[in-house]
Amino acid sequence: MNSPSMVSMFRWMIWRDLLLAWRRRMDVLATLFFFIIVVSLFPLGIGPEPQLLRTIAPGVVWVAALLASMLALGRTFGNDYQDGTLEQLLLTPQPLYLTVLAKVLAQWIVSEVPLVIVAPVLGLQFGLSQNTLWIMTVSLLLGTPVLSLIGSIGAALTLGLRAANVLVALLVLPLFIPVLIFGTGAIEATVTGTDPQPYLLLLGATLVLALAFAPWATSAALRISVE
Amino acid sequence: MSKSRISWYKYAAPVNFYPLAGKMIPWFTGLTIILFAIGLYMGFFIAPAQDFQQHEYYRIIFIHVPAAWMGMFLYVLMAIYAGVGWAFNARLASMMATAIAPTGAIFTFISLVTGSLWGRPAWGVYWVWDARMTSTLILMFLYIGFISLQSSIEDARRADRAGAVLALVGAINVPIIYFSVQWWSSLHQGATLTTQGSKIAGSMLLPMLILTFACWMYSIVVVLVRVRCIILEREREAPRLAEATA
Repeated sequence: MNSPSMVSMFRWMIWRDLLLAWRRRMDVLATLFFFIIVVSLFPLGIGPEPQLLRTIAPGVVWVAALLASMLALGRTFGNDYQDGTLEQLLLTPQPLYLTVLAKVLAQWIVSEVPLVIVAPVLGLQFGLSQNTLWIMTVSLLLGTPVLSLIGSIGAALTLGLRAANVLVALLVLPLFIPVLIFGTGAIEATVTGTDPQPYLLLLGATLVLALAFAPWATSAALRISVE
Repeated sequence: MSKSRISWYKYAAPVNFYPLAGKMIPWFTGLTIILFAIGLYMGFFIAPAQDFQQHEYYRIIFIHVPAAWMGMFLYVLMAIYAGVGWAFNARLASMMATAIAPTGAIFTFISLVTGSLWGRPAWGVYWVWDARMTSTLILMFLYIGFISLQSSIEDARRADRAGAVLALVGAINVPIIYFSVQWWSSLHQGATLTTQGSKIAGSMLLPMLILTFACWMYSIVVVLVRVRCIILEREREAPRLAEATA
């Protein structure tokens, strides 16, 4: 009997999650609209002065991205946990590291990539220059996978708990802080006319670290939560 | 009664540790009281009354610095205990981690409060988004996350292990968070204020060290009391515990 290879398993897992997300498009769109609404609230709360908006834009976009991606975390494992698929996945012979990586990658494509695509449009509302918008997109592209990876640890730890959503926020938001600092740092550097490259490199380093360690921690957390 | 070497593994069993902890508590309580008395007396009456620019309010550092140190130290200790408890399936170590968390959170909180009370006369403001203060604040968030995760899981063993994963992930992140916050504050700060003061005089250092030990002993007392409560709660079915408590 030949079991599916690791690569085909990986691809199949991502395909399945994307398909499931497509069948429940409204969930995905809700996260996206949450992001848009939060970002749009800031000018209303702070005032329409262009200079001020330009200063706060990096922070606003990034904080809104953190909050929106946190909302989406529950979906990473939640549905599979409820219908028992997760237990089956834990029993497969393929390394759990890859299974987790596939799920996180799918979650990133579904929940984070739309934010990255919409963010430059929102940046326009804040009067950011083209160069700044470009750097903002790059910083989000590098940073949001880290959010998905670290977030997956929190999502796995809180599986099936009461008030899991609020709890995830408490666990995960402090761990998001370095990403927030590097991400906004890169954008601010272009606003003030300095070199954003160090921040992007730091974001990249964080991504590599998270790729190496987070799926491992998530696997451990999944085994603890499902037993 | 054989007077052979003490078998340390024996005390890894919560039921055996319970009476031992009970015997240790009075000693450490005594040490705590003595050290606090000496340290506070030295800090308030013997240490020089006035630094050349700081006034009496500087004495708050005798509480502030030990509290900040304990806050950081206890997080590391908690992560180690949680990790040991998870890796070797040692229940007592996990219980110790659970028992340490509230004390660490309280010390972190005290260091934040005393820091801002010191900042008001010294800097003119209660709070500055300075690297150290910000990372201490984040440390408190990490404690709160650990405590709230453990308290929302009903099953004790799952709570132990989930807490261990979180504490270890947090411990790996602490240096990253610390350095990122430092870069962030150097990016933002107008360099009007620095926490780097002049070198500390010996007459001020000694009470600070004594009070640090006092806080340390206090932590041991509180953690032992708390771990005894946890043992009672979790091991109430163990027959030998009934003997120990009788």
